[in-house]
Amino acid sequence: MNHHAGSAFLGPGEWVTVLLIVGAVAAYLLAVRRLRRREVCWPALRTSAWVAGWASVGVALVGPIADRAHDDFVAHMAAHVLLGMLGPLLLVLAAPVTLALRLLPVPTARRLARALASPPFAVPTNPFVAGVLDIGGLWVLYRTGLYAATHTEPALHVLVHAHVLAAGYLFTFAVLGGPDPAPHRVSPPWRAGALVPAIAAHNILAKVIYADPPDGVPVEQARAGAELMYYVGAPVEIALLVLVCRPWLLPRTRARDSARSVPEADSLPH
Amino acid sequence: MDSQARRPTQHGRNIVAGILLGLGTVAFLDEAVFHQLLHWHHFYDKSTSDAGLVSDGLFHAFSWFATVAALMLVFGLARDGTFRVSAFAAGWLTGAGFFQLYDGLFQHKVLGLHQIRYDVNLTPYDLVWNIVAALLLAAGIALWVVTARRARRSDVHP
Repeated sequence: MNHHAGSAFLGPGEWVTVLLIVGAVAAYLLAVRRLRRREVCWPALRTSAWVAGWASVGVALVGPIADRAHDDFVAHMAAHVLLGMLGPLLLVLAAPVTLALRLLPVPTARRLARALASPPFAVPTNPFVAGVLDIGGLWVLYRTGLYAATHTEPALHVLVHAHVLAAGYLFTFAVLGGPDPAPHRVSPPWRAGALVPAIAAHNILAKVIYADPPDGVPVEQARAGAELMYYVGAPVEIALLVLVCRPWLLPRTRARDSARSVPEADSLPH
Repeated sequence: MDSQARRPTQHGRNIVAGILLGLGTVAFLDEAVFHQLLHWHHFYDKSTSDAGLVSDGLFHAFSWFATVAALMLVFGLARDGTFRVSAFAAGWLTGAGFFQLYDGLFQHKVLGLHQIRYDVNLTPYDLVWNIVAALLLAAGIALWVVTARRARRSDVHP
C-alpha cells in the first residue's frame, strides 16, 4: 500500500476503502429515507450505530492511526479493537439485513430470507464456529509468520483486514442472535457459553503476545499493545455480555415490550 | 419450586445471583486493587505456566459474565419482589470465599500463576488470603443452610 507517499495523500487502496465506507453509509441512509417516505419508522439509534460503526472501521483503516499501525504495534492494536470488535458490534446493532428485507421487492426479500434460513447458513452463524473463525484467526495472525508477512505483502494485508472485520461481524451476530433475523439462533446459555471462552482466548492471546512478541515487534511495543488489547477490548466484551444476558435473564415486561418493538414480518413492502 | 400458581420464594435464584456476584466481586477486587492500585500482582510473570494462563483467562472471562448475569438476576428478582437479602448474602459469601480460595490455592500455588506480591516473604500474605477465603466460604455455607431451611418451610406453608 502506498502509505509512505506522504500523509496528505491517500494511496489508491485507501481511496477504495474510503469509497466503500462512504458507499455503505450512503446506501443505508438512502434506504432509511425511502422507508420514512413510506411512513415506516426506523429507530434512529440503528442509523447512528451504522454511521458510528463505519466511522470506527474507517479510523482503523485510513488516517493517522492506520498509518502509524504499520510500524507501531500499539497503534496496530488500537486499530484491531476498532476494526474487529467495536466496529462489528455497532454494525450488527444497526440491523442492515432487516433494513434490506423491508426495502427489497417482495420476491427478492423472500429469496434473501429463505437463503438466510437455509441449512448451510447455520454453520458459520453458529457462535462456536464463528468464535473459532474470529479469535482463531487472531491466533493464526499473531502466532505464525502471518503478521510479519502482512507488512511485505499488500494483498495479505488487505485480506487480513477484511477477515478481521467480517469474522468480527459474524461472531458478534452469532453471539447476539440478532437484531437481524437469525433463524439458526441457538439458546442464550449456548451463546453465553461460546462468548466466555472466546473472551478468555482473546485475553490469553494478549498475555501470550506480552510474553512472546510476534516476529519483528519490539518487546516494549508488544507489551503496551498487549495491555491495550486486554483492557480496551474489555468494554466491548462487557457490552456483548450485557446484550446476551439482558433478554435472557431480565426479559422485559410485556407492556414495555410492545411499546418498543418494531413490527417484523408485516412491514415488508406489499 | 413446584407450582407456578403459588409464587415460590426463588431461594435458588437468589443463591445463584449471590454466588455469581461473589465471584465477580473477587475478580474485580483482584483486578482493581491488586493489579491496578497496589501493583502487587503482575499482568504476566515469567514463571506463569500455560495451564495457569488458560485458567486465569477463563477465570476472568467467566467473572465478567458472572457479574453481568448476577446484576440481571438481581434486577429481575427486585422487580418481581422476590429478592431476599439473606439468601443472596449466603450465595455471595459462598461464591466469594470459594473463588478466592480457588485463586489463592489452585491458581497461585498449584498452577504457579502470578503471586500475591513480589520480593517479600509470601507466607503471611498467603495465610491471610486463604484464611479470609475459608472464613467467607464457611460463613456462606452456614447461612445457605439456614436460609434454605427457612425457604423450604415457607414454600410448604406459605
